[in-house]
Amino acid sequence: MYLNVSSSPHIRDSVTTRRLMGDVVIALIPALVASYFIFGVRAIILTLITVASCVFFEWISRLIMKRDNTIHDMSAVVTGTILAFCLPAGLPVWMAIFGAFIAIVVVKEMFGGIGSNIANPAIVGRIVLGMSFGSEMNSYSVIGTLAGETGTDLVATATPLALSGDQAASYLDLLLGRHGGTIGEVSAAALLLGCAYLVLRGVIDLWIPATFVVSTGLFMWVLGHDPIYHVLAGGLLLGAIYMATDYVTSPTTTKGKIIFGIGCGLLTGLFRGFAASPEGVSFAILLMNIMNPHLERWTRLKTIGGVDYVA
Amino acid sequence: MFFKKTSRAIGVHPPQNKGTQGMAFVEVNGFKTITIPLNLQVGPGCSALVKKGDPVKVGQKIGEPLGHWSVPAHSSVSGTVVSVKKEILSNGSVADLVAIESDGQQTLDESIKPPAVTDKASFLSAIRDSGLVGLGGAAFPTHVKLNPPDGKTIDTLVINGAECEPYITADDQIMRTRADRIIKGINLVCHYLDISRCLIGVEDNKPEAIKALNDAINSHAGELKAGISVVSVKTLYPTGAEKVLIRYLTDRIVPENGLPADVGVVVLNVGTVSFIADVIDTGMPLIRKFVTVDGSAMNRHGNYDLPIGAPIEDVIEAVGGAKEPIGKVIMGGPMMGVAIDDIRHPILKHTNSLIMAGEKGAKIPKEWNCIHCGRCSRSCPMMLMPSELDMAARQENIDELREFHVMNCIECGSCTYVCPAKRYLVQNIRIGKNLYRQAARKAAK
Ligand code: SF4
Ligand code: SF4
Repeated sequence: MYLNVSSSPHIRDSVTTRRLMGDVVIALIPALVASYFIFGVRAIILTLITVASCVFFEWISRLIMKRDNTIHDMSAVVTGTILAFCLPAGLPVWMAIFGAFIAIVVVKEMFGGIGSNIANPAIVGRIVLGMSFGSEMNSYSVIGTLAGETGTDLVATATPLALSGDQAASYLDLLLGRHGGTIGEVSAAALLLGCAYLVLRGVIDLWIPATFVVSTGLFMWVLGHDPIYHVLAGGLLLGAIYMATDYVTSPTTTKGKIIFGIGCGLLTGLFRGFAASPEGVSFAILLMNIMNPHLERWTRLKTIGGVDYVA
Repeated sequence: MFFKKTSRAIGVHPPQNKGTQGMAFVEVNGFKTITIPLNLQVGPGCSALVKKGDPVKVGQKIGEPLGHWSVPAHSSVSGTVVSVKKEILSNGSVADLVAIESDGQQTLDESIKPPAVTDKASFLSAIRDSGLVGLGGAAFPTHVKLNPPDGKTIDTLVINGAECEPYITADDQIMRTRADRIIKGINLVCHYLDISRCLIGVEDNKPEAIKALNDAINSHAGELKAGISVVSVKTLYPTGAEKVLIRYLTDRIVPENGLPADVGVVVLNVGTVSFIADVIDTGMPLIRKFVTVDGSAMNRHGNYDLPIGAPIEDVIEAVGGAKEPIGKVIMGGPMMGVAIDDIRHPILKHTNSLIMAGEKGAKIPKEWNCIHCGRCSRSCPMMLMPSELDMAARQENIDELREFHVMNCIECGSCTYVCPAKRYLVQNIRIGKNLYRQAARKAAK
């Protein structure tokens, strides 16, 4: 009889990387649906293309580097969706594909694939696109019924962060997404719905998103801005819920998460309050990603009953 | 911090699968040949007292302990010795194996009589003569445990009735049906060791056991030698691990590399302590074991009373056989048990369950990259960071292993259980511990 001899434990939990990533994809669906009503079918098409390119790039680079195929873990789908959510619906398709290339090949696979990257691939993809194609990345368009437009033409508008005074969107507009912005960031309500799902499924906890959002709001309030407006507008919720909580590039301990969230919040506040660009979420998260290994070291758990050796 | 950190429960919730809960022990006999290894415990074993052709009786001593740590071995059947030879055991060590062909008579050895116990020394020697080792799974000789080194005062006896491993219900059943024996055993230990407090830790998924224990305490209220209380602990793996249970029950922290005696505690399993009552009353040595037999590959499952030394192969047949090809045999629970390489291995003193998995259940998942999700750290009862220990072990980085307190890992396997990337965390940490021990030994030279 052939008996399998392996070291204990002999049973494993049913949670896999694939299930966790699948849950993130599910959590992103409400925002995708909202984007259809706000920007029309182009938003969906651009998202699908970005996702497909991410999966393709992961598959081909693993193949070239002779590594085990990992596309079944769904992480490329997550990266693709989040990257697409950072793009304006009217962006030329080839630019989106270029962004996917940067995210997957340069940021993720060249560092060793899932788990080994130091920065969030989607964020770097977004930043590179923003720096390379500034005007395309900043022309937001609104279409369709929710936007209140009658025509079917794409209407270029500014993001609510660039607006001021009477032009500014109402809280309801921000919640529903009746304003300019990238595909995924506009509807705060849809993003919060996805957040609730992730928390209920135990995929993320609220430490990072909550500290991130609260510290940004407080910072803006101190600077004399409307904190709620700043929380709901722009890419803050998308970043706080889906990008800053990326396992690979954020701390694992509660203490680390709190510091990470506050750091992201303060940096976002600095960018929004003082820098020329009103959008600072991506840069804030990127900087904190780079800090992450240090945060991990500073906030390492203290084992119960550990005895310190004298060398 | 805001919460009392030491007693906060940390662990995992594997599916319990305690389908045998409440099933009475069925005595199984009639094994044709039994094989008894002469080192059924931690530490050195025994030298054989019998040779091929010798007749033996039930309870007869067949192995003389080597050194103070060891306990004798006894025959669990009457019959004839057919061989004494060295063999590899299920845990990988090599020892003399005495094979006895049963005559089916179960004739009792005449020398078995209640021991004369008057003081601590005679109490401990009676326990030692019975061959008792920790029945919960560690097989640590009980007489050594009950005799802590000078300078360590024991003020608390902790009785482990947590039984946090999935599948196993033997201890639960012992508590339900032998609560009186448990209380009697506690009384004896507390009396001879002069211990004033006893805490019995039972997981809250065993309400019947808790009730039986409380009833037994109440009915013996007049004769108790110590304050005995039953503490219901949250059902969470690995509550039954010694260090963890002590922490939950007494708020004391056993230091890394330390023993419970360092914090004034002795821990005994419910099976062990109830056996102490039996042996003081009857003098019958440890030759039978209560075992849960379960697993997806089996036709039936249940709790059994088996002779030590019965070959697992025959046990499987005797309790109803397998319904599909067996892919893995686990001695102990699925979280910490040992997967054995041959079903002819015998039931040991510390075997508390046999789990037969089918071929599907025997599959080992493929390992992927760590996604840094932190689930392993959040599930570690010792608050270690398993992913870092795993890396340090893979890189054979002794300094990091020390810095991350590798020796504080209790090898509970919670980290590996929860890991979504299916990393072999505790497996590598075990290797890391060995590397660390080797390095420490070298440094000491
Ligand atoms: S590191 Fe050790 S003690 Fe911690 S969960 Fe893993 S096996 Fe258990
Ligand atoms: S649980 Fe697994 S994937 Fe998550 S941090 Fe630990 S080792 Fe990495």
